[in-house]
Amino acid sequence: MRGKPLATIISAGVSKFGRREGVYARELFAEAALSAFHRVEKLDPSKDIKAAFIGQMSEAYEHQAHTAPIAASWAGLFPAPAMRIENACASSGSALRCGIMAIMSGLYDIVLVGGVEKMTNQPTPEVTGILATASDYPFEQWNGMTFPGLFALMATVHMHEYGTTEEQMAAVAVKNHKNGALNPNAHMQKEVSMDEVLKSRLVSWPLKLYDCSLITDGASVVILTKPKLAKKLSDNYVHIIGTGQAQDTFCLHERESLTTVKAAKTAAQEAYKMADVRPKDINVAELHDCFTIAEIIGYEDLGFCRPGQGGKYVESGAPDLNGSMPVNTSGGLKSKGHPVGATGTAQIHELYLQLTDQADRRQVKDAKIGLAHNLGGSGATAVVHVLKGS
Amino acid sequence: MSELRDPTIEEFYKYCSERKLMAVRCIRCRQVMVPPRAICSNCRHSRVEWVELGQRGKLVTYTIVHVSPPQFKHMTPYAVGIVEMPEGVKIPSIIRTSRPEDLKIGMQLEADFSPRPQEGGWPNWPRYFFKETE
Repeated sequence: MRGKPLATIISAGVSKFGRREGVYARELFAEAALSAFHRVEKLDPSKDIKAAFIGQMSEAYEHQAHTAPIAASWAGLFPAPAMRIENACASSGSALRCGIMAIMSGLYDIVLVGGVEKMTNQPTPEVTGILATASDYPFEQWNGMTFPGLFALMATVHMHEYGTTEEQMAAVAVKNHKNGALNPNAHMQKEVSMDEVLKSRLVSWPLKLYDCSLITDGASVVILTKPKLAKKLSDNYVHIIGTGQAQDTFCLHERESLTTVKAAKTAAQEAYKMADVRPKDINVAELHDCFTIAEIIGYEDLGFCRPGQGGKYVESGAPDLNGSMPVNTSGGLKSKGHPVGATGTAQIHELYLQLTDQADRRQVKDAKIGLAHNLGGSGATAVVHVLKGS
Repeated sequence: MSELRDPTIEEFYKYCSERKLMAVRCIRCRQVMVPPRAICSNCRHSRVEWVELGQRGKLVTYTIVHVSPPQFKHMTPYAVGIVEMPEGVKIPSIIRTSRPEDLKIGMQLEADFSPRPQEGGWPNWPRYFFKETE
């Protein structure tokens, strides 16, 4: 299987990300699906798409469970079977793996994979509580842990052990907002200065408001097929050549090390091996920057730099849009926004654009190999995919 | 110390209401675990026993939460952290302190308990927490 296409992406789409007042999850999902359908005229979605795998984290936002058939039917997929996949912030990264397995098994020729979350209809403290349900209830939530809190616990140790600074974390935010300013679908299309990040109010020390990703409404969709069918359906297709997923201890405190996400390392090794690529072969990457420290740890876990060097790596400019390893050209979760269930396939959408030369002002020249890194919770789930342009 | 109680989360909190901070230990590989569970997270053996943890532990990491869920609003901002116990197990905890600026990785903290709520449905758990040593 080394380096061979597992499944092929013939189209991808996103809704506009942001505070989408009056627009519900199903409607966001239909918007993302339509944008994906417009790219593949040869496809008759309601007839050709045989199943849907949809990531969504919480039913608490809209008092709505059993959401996959709703989202699928609003996207015109009826009566195709629809499955909801829930792995916290890695829901649609995990859904993508289910889609790949469905294609590889031979059960279906064409499937739709996507994700959605409607979040902004709840006030921030409620959202903080809903997100925290993806951490352990009797030991983490019961003890007042929040997601910014859990990542702050990692940041505190990273700073203590490696000398990582608040300025280095802020540099991630500055970089990603710079990219997001070029993305018409991003939630906050606005650059921020180092000073603004450092002076923003505390969310969970040492993490400040601008170290945190956004509470966003949004949806994303990709359409998968068998590699040999891709050419018939689309001129712009991208192969998935590596997939990896791993699990770490559910509670943060049980981990051997708090400065690494072991599941991400394991998932990356699996995906690299399957794809037959090394970190230096990657041309463009979307990392799970739910908090700035997560992107810094991500560089290290993916082998872009050595353990402990993530802060210096971002300072070096390597992950800038014009650097040697552009990271989060979409703006990342930080600036594009983080509609939890939509994030995994939104990362894939950005890589699809990059690898088919459709990323406009944020296009990375000659991008051939892309990587997506999607974390669930504080890292109990990690999913890594490697994509290759055709 | 009773080995007869089930290795469940409910029993962990029952012990807390007796002012005991407990963990389970694998009888084969001696791995000490919080949360308690029936199958060892290290060697997968399925016999564990309860052990009482000491009163003091070392702060491994901490943060000060400024944006919190509604149920913690009354005490925000507050400190939370991970405390390593001499038995080799780490536990997450609220850290009650009047001087959060004095928290330091490596400092000693002391366990304490607040009682089980008088009424209310599940989860009717008491709380353990850590505080500065006297």
